Amino acid sequence: MPTLSPQAQRLACAAPALAFFAAFWLLPVLQLVALPAQKGWATYFAVLTEARYLKSLLQTLGLSLVVTAATLVLGAGVGVTLARQRFAGRGLLLSLLTLPLSFPGVIIGFFMILLGGRQGLVADLTEALGAGRLTLAYGLGGLFLAYLYFSLPRAIGSYTAAASAMDPALEEAARSLGAGPWRVVCDVWWPELAPTTVACGAMVFATAMGAFGTAFTLASQYEVLPITIYNEFTNYANFALAASLSLSLGAMTWGVLWLARRLGPEARNTPLAGA
Amino acid sequence: MRTPRQASPALLALTALVALFMLAPMAMSVLAGLLNNYSRGLKSGLTTRWLVEVWDTYGGTVLASLGLAGACVLACLLLGVPCAYALARSRSRWARLFEELLTLPVAVPGLASALALILTYGAWQGLRQSYGFVLIGHIVFTLPFMVRTVGAAFQRDELRSLEEAARSLGARFDQRFLGVLVPAVLPAIVSGCLMVFTLSVGEFNLTWMLHTPLTRTLPVGLADSYASMRLEVGSAYTLVFLLVILPVLWGLQGLGRLMEKHLGT
Repeated sequence: MPTLSPQAQRLACAAPALAFFAAFWLLPVLQLVALPAQKGWATYFAVLTEARYLKSLLQTLGLSLVVTAATLVLGAGVGVTLARQRFAGRGLLLSLLTLPLSFPGVIIGFFMILLGGRQGLVADLTEALGAGRLTLAYGLGGLFLAYLYFSLPRAIGSYTAAASAMDPALEEAARSLGAGPWRVVCDVWWPELAPTTVACGAMVFATAMGAFGTAFTLASQYEVLPITIYNEFTNYANFALAASLSLSLGAMTWGVLWLARRLGPEARNTPLAGA
Repeated sequence: MRTPRQASPALLALTALVALFMLAPMAMSVLAGLLNNYSRGLKSGLTTRWLVEVWDTYGGTVLASLGLAGACVLACLLLGVPCAYALARSRSRWARLFEELLTLPVAVPGLASALALILTYGAWQGLRQSYGFVLIGHIVFTLPFMVRTVGAAFQRDELRSLEEAARSLGARFDQRFLGVLVPAVLPAIVSGCLMVFTLSVGEFNLTWMLHTPLTRTLPVGLADSYASMRLEVGSAYTLVFLLVILPVLWGLQGLGRLMEKHLGT
């Protein structure tokens, strides 16, 4: 048997994955890219030029930005606490808090129905307080809480890991020199946690932009772009528009992740799962 | 004075609140799946009848998801492990480009990849109507995770010298690959497999677009039960999902600890 050169060996090793990827992702996506052209070049910009798609895009952007900001603040607080405070069951708590990373988005939508739906916990509480049965699951509030729910586990996991590597002596020194809590956060925590914040923020934002299962389960009044795409495709069979909107959405999420990787190498090692 | 080794009361309160927000729905869902009547609470007594009903109605989706995840792991092993080796050893620009492209299905929303697959292969009825179509979507989405996890392990320096030693002793490429390299990165391979398994079992965004009424998976069944069944059934079904996924996650964690102990990384 003739021996292959190392280069040919490597090519042979990569060939099956290359062929699969080319056939089942690259080629289909190129077709997706070409599709809107059939209806004219303007179709590519439908997300910006048509009022209802623009509204859906802005709603998705707004929700994702607010969710990302809230996730980072809460995640950093919880992460720093879990990294420092030693208590019984800490490991178990951390693994329970990161468990939802493996849940499909539909489960998280269902959780919000259990919390804020018509038979939900919040409704029971507000009724007991004499304020009537409050349902928040199907509006913007429910969507926000649901997105927060699937974003927090990633942030808590990353910040706990990053904060465990922080040197407590730095903060002790800052305190003994008279720095208040705010100065400690800005001057000691921020430089240490900034790479995690960039990497994690980009990932949370990209996941929130593309999240489908959660919004689908809640059938929210507040329409987000993935739901718009789904409706265009399934209910109106408007394939060219669905393709155009998916391309816009894909370009935005990929762009944010790319930017984060440019800013910090840390974003490279942390893969993203769907929600 | 408080030391930075302890958290402030405000942070502790915040952590407790966040933990409550994260854990309460899980606990409620588990409980609701075992209660006779959710709105009457614990007074109505505990039961397994909702679990039985879930198994009768949706049992097929559980088995289908397990089968799909197994097939997806196998495909990722066969496609991903050799590819991870090639990418770890190659310095060419094309290899970097392929590595970059390979992660796109993870960065781009699943909805877009699924639409693309349907537009290209939707007319092939034999494929479209089979679980093979869903499987293709799952492989596209999970392959980058396997390649990245195993690729990082292949890049260790001592592995290069090990490979070189085997070569100088006259081992053929297949002997080196299967006899030396694969055993050396086995923990990373197992961890990649468990990751691919959990991702496949939980995948919804692609699957919802790719499935047909005859090719439903566990998360697709969940969405159906949430929309059309009573709360107790949806909860019991969620409990079934947890029972499927938890052992795999524990395995993943245990393996992580084992790797830390043995490799010190």
